[in-house]
Amino acid sequence: MDLLRFITAGSVDDGKSTLIGRLLYDSKSILADQLEAIERASKSRDDGEIDLALLTDGLRSEREQGITIDVAYRYFQTPKRKFIIVDAPGHIQYTRNMVTGASNCQLAIVLVDARHGVAEQTRRHSLIASLLGIPHIVVAINKMDLVGYSQNVFSDICIQYAELAKKLNVHQVTYIPMSALNGDNVVDRSETMPWYEGQTLLEHLETVVIDDDVNGETEDHHPGRFPVQYVIRPQTAELHDYRGYAGKITSGIFRKGDAITVLPSGETSTIDAIEIAETQLDEAVTPMSVVLHLATDVDISRGDLIVRSDIQPISSQTVEAMLCWMDTKEFKVGNKYVLQVGTSRTRCSVRAIAYQLNINTYEEIEGVDSLKLNDLAKVVLRTAQPISFDPYQKNRATGGAILIDETSNVTVGALMLVGEA
Amino acid sequence: MKLDYLDQLESEAIHIMREVAGQFERPALLFSGGKDSITLVHLALKAFRPGKFPFPLVHIDTGHNFQEALDYRDNLAERIGEKLIVRYVEDTIREKKLKEPTGRNATRNGLQTFTLLDTIEEFEFDACIGGARRDEEKARAKERVFSVRDEFGSWDPKRQRPELWNLYNGRIHKGENVRVFPISNWTELDVWNYIRREKIELPSIYFAHERELLIRDGKLMATAGGVIKPEADDQLVTRRVRFRTVGDISCTAASESQADTLDAVIDEIQATRISERGETRMDDQLSEAAMEDRKKGGYF
Repeated sequence: MDLLRFITAGSVDDGKSTLIGRLLYDSKSILADQLEAIERASKSRDDGEIDLALLTDGLRSEREQGITIDVAYRYFQTPKRKFIIVDAPGHIQYTRNMVTGASNCQLAIVLVDARHGVAEQTRRHSLIASLLGIPHIVVAINKMDLVGYSQNVFSDICIQYAELAKKLNVHQVTYIPMSALNGDNVVDRSETMPWYEGQTLLEHLETVVIDDDVNGETEDHHPGRFPVQYVIRPQTAELHDYRGYAGKITSGIFRKGDAITVLPSGETSTIDAIEIAETQLDEAVTPMSVVLHLATDVDISRGDLIVRSDIQPISSQTVEAMLCWMDTKEFKVGNKYVLQVGTSRTRCSVRAIAYQLNINTYEEIEGVDSLKLNDLAKVVLRTAQPISFDPYQKNRATGGAILIDETSNVTVGALMLVGEA
Repeated sequence: MKLDYLDQLESEAIHIMREVAGQFERPALLFSGGKDSITLVHLALKAFRPGKFPFPLVHIDTGHNFQEALDYRDNLAERIGEKLIVRYVEDTIREKKLKEPTGRNATRNGLQTFTLLDTIEEFEFDACIGGARRDEEKARAKERVFSVRDEFGSWDPKRQRPELWNLYNGRIHKGENVRVFPISNWTELDVWNYIRREKIELPSIYFAHERELLIRDGKLMATAGGVIKPEADDQLVTRRVRFRTVGDISCTAASESQADTLDAVIDEIQATRISERGETRMDDQLSEAAMEDRKKGGYF
């Protein structure tokens, strides 16, 4: 059985928590004691109706304020597929949390309130989904019950969104009219919207083709990449010469006998053996955690990147990247940070902010010299050591990087690497 | 070639463990003898063999453990030849003159945190790998894989580091530590399916057996070792039961069951309408934020 990770995004009142609650409830993924707990909690509220949103707000301060503050993860499965729901907050001040949640997802559900159509939040969340290279977007047009289940309202919003999508790097968009509150088209087909002939949300989630982890067919787009995490050297009498490079294949395929290059040194060798827990394999694919053995003695340690020699990544000390700034301290030209890509870390300084991106109008604003929390921008960085990467829009696994504040140690920025500057 | 979801979860967990090995000076693997931490040990074997583990196994013993789990713990450490450190809540209570909870349903579970924090200080552990899963509880659903804790072990949900792609940031200041949860994304059923697939041996109390119990507040509590003192209105019974989680005796309830094989246990879990913690853990039901509050205090 395969696994789909998806994120739900939407404004505070678009009904995101209700949608997740409905998805879990109607797919019978809520257990009796959990349901009782939210029934008890609902009763202490005004209307006494079961509030499915209570299922997802796990923190005291979230329940107090009735909003989602941080990303939460939920799990459910149907006979067809397993799902990880990344439940991201909708508030603008939590844009960084949406970026956090979206980074590993293959699909994003963008909720739109049928009464309001495409709103600021829709634009912002779609931009983030696009920047983070999420292949599939579901536009969930919710609260159809409040617009009389009108087909015209639905069609108008689809047209509005299609206009917006043209400006973004999103390709596969699916539109579903629904009422999460009443359960229309979430798991069960709506009887009140017979004009809609597409799939329900769950049907779509169960059948959408997940291709970003498939390697065999699209090898050109997914070249072999293996960041070295740890060197296994037992140094015992019987395993005196054993030296295995432990890591996870973040992209592509590696086979026994493949010619490889070690970066940043540029030394070459071939793969002598591939192991998982001492079991020998002829080939290994993304996202397997394996141990590689090389035919020759090469100096390799954590932070190095082993690549298949046929398609090499970019290696450079000046890089351009899209940045989501995640800290309350300002990001400024001239500042220094630690940059982590794969398992490698190096110091970097900020050369320039090429432009800031207006997250509502998608306009590029030039002449900006500092960024605030939740700002998005294209930046130029100079690194102390060359970094090896692929452009993020081609390869999420090797094009994503983070910035770390050297004094607070906090992760302060998400980078989608674009290329050599 | 496309990986099955269990392979994906396994690979992710191994990757996380190797990040711990690569990023920290003095990590530890917290091991209780329960199925989740047994799974962690199995994953560590896959991550580091034929090398040695880059961390010891550490057990914080409340003194109220099932003997079967303790025997299993000692046998396992011996069989795999890895170092086991045990620290006792009993010692902390004596040395620090802690007040033990008393009365009906008193549990030492909360006191574990004191021993854990002392142990972290004693060995200067900078990372502790634990078997917590996000599906267990709603506060845990919010926790990152790398959870940075201050010198008091405290979790602040509003100050969590963004965690992007598969890049984990374990940089900390001296005195802080990181709790690392490699099986965050596993569900209870995933753990059981993995145990079956990998043929991992478990302590016998996970399988149906006859046992003397007392019925308290509708829950079946073990009388083993005299941890729970029967009161006048408690009914003593002998039932065929198994344990769904193996925690402290004082707060872990048994389930009536005929399932004496892995297949039968998995069938039961698939059919149940009650969550793992809802069925067995008394301590989570004290308030709506019981787990969140304990974690802020330094608990796992």
